[in-house]
Amino acid sequence: MSCKELRDGIAAKEIKSVAATEAVFSAIDKYEPMVGAYISTFKEQALAKAKEVDGKIAAGEAVGELAGVPVAIKDNLCTTFGTTTCASKILENFHSPYNATVIEKLLAADAVIVGKTNMDEFAMGSSTENSGLKQTVNPWDTSRVPGGSSGGSAAAVAGRLCFAALGSDTGGSIRQPASLCGVVGLKPTYGRISRYGLVAYGSSLDQIGPVTRTVSDCALMMNVIAGHDEKDSTSVSESIAPVCNYLEKLDEPISGLKIGVVPEFVAGGEADVQKATAEAIEVYKKLGAEIVEIEMPHFDYAISAYYVIATAEASSNLARYDGVHYGHRTERPADYIEVYSKSRAEGFGKEVKRRIMLGTYALSSGYYDAYYLKALKVRNLIRGDFTRAFEKCEAILMPVSPTTAFRLGEKIDDPLQMYLSDVYTIAANLAGIPGISIPCGFDESGLPIGLQILAPAFAEEKLLRIARMFEMQTDWHQKKPAMPK
Amino acid sequence: MSNLQYKVVVGLEIHVHLCTKTKMFCACALEYGAIPNSRVCPVCLGMPGVLPVMNKQALEYAVLAALALNCKVAEFTKWDRKSYYYPDLPKNYQISQYDLPLGAQGFIEIPVENGQSKKIRIQRVHLEEDAGKNLHTAGFSQVDLNRAGAPLLEIVTEPDMNISAEVRALAVELQRMVRYLGVSEADMQKGHMRFEPNINLVVTKDGSEHKTPIAEVKNLNSFRALERSVDYEIRRQLDDFQQSGEVMQMGNKSTRGWDDANEVTVLQREKEEAHDYRYFPEPDLVPVEVKGQWLEDIRGRLCELPLKKQMRYVEQYKLSDYDAGVLTAERSTAEFFEQVVKEGGEPKRVCNLLTQLGLKLANERGCGVAELGVTPKNLAQLAQMVEAGETSAGASTSIFEEMVKTGKEPQVLAQELNLIQKSDVGELEAIVEQVFKENPKAVEDVKSGGKKSKKARSFLLGQVMQKTKGRANPKVVSKILSEKLS
Amino acid sequence: MAKRIDEALVRKVAKLARLELADSEIEEFTAQLSAILDYMEKMNELDTADVEPLAHCLPISNILRDDGIKASLGTEKTLANAPQRDGEFFKVPKILDEI
Repeated sequence: MSCKELRDGIAAKEIKSVAATEAVFSAIDKYEPMVGAYISTFKEQALAKAKEVDGKIAAGEAVGELAGVPVAIKDNLCTTFGTTTCASKILENFHSPYNATVIEKLLAADAVIVGKTNMDEFAMGSSTENSGLKQTVNPWDTSRVPGGSSGGSAAAVAGRLCFAALGSDTGGSIRQPASLCGVVGLKPTYGRISRYGLVAYGSSLDQIGPVTRTVSDCALMMNVIAGHDEKDSTSVSESIAPVCNYLEKLDEPISGLKIGVVPEFVAGGEADVQKATAEAIEVYKKLGAEIVEIEMPHFDYAISAYYVIATAEASSNLARYDGVHYGHRTERPADYIEVYSKSRAEGFGKEVKRRIMLGTYALSSGYYDAYYLKALKVRNLIRGDFTRAFEKCEAILMPVSPTTAFRLGEKIDDPLQMYLSDVYTIAANLAGIPGISIPCGFDESGLPIGLQILAPAFAEEKLLRIARMFEMQTDWHQKKPAMPK
Repeated sequence: MSNLQYKVVVGLEIHVHLCTKTKMFCACALEYGAIPNSRVCPVCLGMPGVLPVMNKQALEYAVLAALALNCKVAEFTKWDRKSYYYPDLPKNYQISQYDLPLGAQGFIEIPVENGQSKKIRIQRVHLEEDAGKNLHTAGFSQVDLNRAGAPLLEIVTEPDMNISAEVRALAVELQRMVRYLGVSEADMQKGHMRFEPNINLVVTKDGSEHKTPIAEVKNLNSFRALERSVDYEIRRQLDDFQQSGEVMQMGNKSTRGWDDANEVTVLQREKEEAHDYRYFPEPDLVPVEVKGQWLEDIRGRLCELPLKKQMRYVEQYKLSDYDAGVLTAERSTAEFFEQVVKEGGEPKRVCNLLTQLGLKLANERGCGVAELGVTPKNLAQLAQMVEAGETSAGASTSIFEEMVKTGKEPQVLAQELNLIQKSDVGELEAIVEQVFKENPKAVEDVKSGGKKSKKARSFLLGQVMQKTKGRANPKVVSKILSEKLS
Repeated sequence: MAKRIDEALVRKVAKLARLELADSEIEEFTAQLSAILDYMEKMNELDTADVEPLAHCLPISNILRDDGIKASLGTEKTLANAPQRDGEFFKVPKILDEI
């Protein structure tokens, strides 16, 4: 059952939220020890909320758009309940005094919050192996990674340990795990969703987005969380980009659709990925879409530019974790400087340290022009590529990840290799445009493959419809992993 | 002290606290003396996930100040992060402005000797957020973040000052100016202004010039400390140069603190990487474009600046530089003065009334002269009464005081207090004649013109004053005496 | 042109970033960061002399708020997560050099 079906069922009094919530926690009891999707869960609070929703509905009172639906939240979204750890030892016991704006929206929509999901520490990673607190595995094959950094959210959705989840995407962190776990993941346009309360990694790249079983669920989540927030100066106002009802015309296909493809990309990646991508293109062709060849001449440079910009911003965003005002503090600092250097050394994992170092270096005097400034210029060129491409087509199609889920430990010792696997997702973050990953097949080992569709800024409504077109013709999204006993 | 010739070169960096109600990037109240850490929210505490939102009022105050400082206001400006680690800086970076400051290339006039003025160039004006406060006890340090995030205006001058008096004059003038503009209370007790002078010397030795290394003195918060630290630095640098001959080079600028107790500057611990601030554009804030109607609206809030006003009073009203300075120390006083003059008060008289009594009374009541309850019209009338001789200058202060107490008009009060000066020539002539009749010897003495004449004249005047119970207009009496006795 | 990163530079950067790294970490990071930075040299293949840097993807400016006071957290909530406190203050080891 999808999130939307559940919501409708609860609203129609056919299903009780308490029953759905209890079922979710039952599944958690059974499968969490293996999957490890959650850092923390809120059973009591969730059931209480479910009961409250059921009561209101029974009494005929108005309830929110997500009333009674159990959802999971990536643990880099601040909540006043439980902890907000970002899967880091440095925030292991951090209790936020405020809720992120998207959390407030979920609460106002009467969603039932199941728990906070695991992730790569501070959202830095592509496999969730960089979590400082626990390991999450891919429900399709527990010897493999769920992808990252929103691996916990993707695994929870795929493993039916919640009905929908929120993740965050800075270089592909929603789309890639969605692809590796066979679910839907959307990175909205930069500025579409408030970042207030999202623990910052790469401020000019970060966006919160839904991870769901179906495209409709994604649209439903967008209805709840999209919109301007006065607390976020980078969130776009209604006058510039009005929010619409993403569900309204969702099932209406786009006629005369022009889809852009870069031949090298669709021929990129593993054989199975190539095959699935090619087949997906055929599906669109059958639907009457015109496939247009496009160029993205600066795509190759996206990874370099991204890792300079993201790490530079991260090195600054993570400076606040210093053991003084909150978070982990070292036991015996010799002086106030050691409060910083030891607390951070003890609290941060390797990948985080690496990226802080990289970012600090890129911004330091003498290197700023060569790295940071250069990267910002490359960013402009990449955005230019998209602008030109979208003159010839309405959406761009390419793989999400060159591979399916790789084995735990396979790439962890070679950070550069790990970075290079972000090749298809990163450019969208640099340009600020929206991108979605939808299930489009499986490889020989039965591992999910995702299809990526990109659209111009603030064209989520159209993007979702284009994705829905594919979904209506296929049943990949209905497949779920055979969870072991 | 030495036989070297030298020129002093001083530039000044000033931080001014803007008097907005809330902080620069969050809506916490700015409240001096609040319980520690009680005016803090997730944003200024630098918690995970928070984002800054610009205070419009702070921006407008900053633009107003930049305009008053004759700066070019940047049409396009942005924010940058300045990174360094310190316990009173919760994010361990400060949101500031680096390469595109709000204002640049301006100037300010400062008063120098003999009622002249000197132009000091302003290099840049920009906005930033303040850090919190560190307090030190014996064994540890405490951090209070109430001030963290307060809006600060940073003003940097060119090194155009050459003596400590000029540095002080600049600081004082800036204080006056920002108060006039209403952008800062500039209360030194509350730490609203901080100064950091950069000092060096250009020494001429054996016909060639040598520049001593620049010293920056950090965090001064009084005019006195400012002036003295500059003077101390001049002496110290001269001594140092004579001993070591060290000259200015890349990287030998020193940072010093001021030890007020011993009145010396002290070298601060060298921090090699302390100055790599790794500036980069603040991704959480969008750029600011100040132009068009918005800029004009702000420009419309400029007022006549204090030094200009002061110099105008000297020229236009023939007031002394000192008096003009007193009247223009605060905008409300000056504006009140101008209103009284507009109502017909003779400027010098009004000036005297205000400087000799008005300001004192206002001070006692903790208010401005405009709030004494005396209307400009009434005060103008009082001044006119003195000018016309209806009451003496001495009496006018008593009347003024009563005006403040009762709010009554000066004419009424003069009557009630019996302070109407007799100026009627006919009436006074009669009294003079009477006095002459009663004191023939004195009249003789005056007419004779000898040694006793001056004393006798005073005596006669005194007698007239006595007969009129001090209410005769001495000028008029004197004139009558002169006419009758010559 | 950037120079390749060496151990001394890694130590310097670690200090700037307030990260106390073990010698083994310094060694490991030096190798890894060198490889990553080598990869980033790729960007120099592009001539960007006439390209503007793109710091913000958004076509917006002048996002401002009114000067209205909102409730603060209050001292207790502010200090709730503090690792060490002294009454109403955050507590840190003595800071010896006042900037």
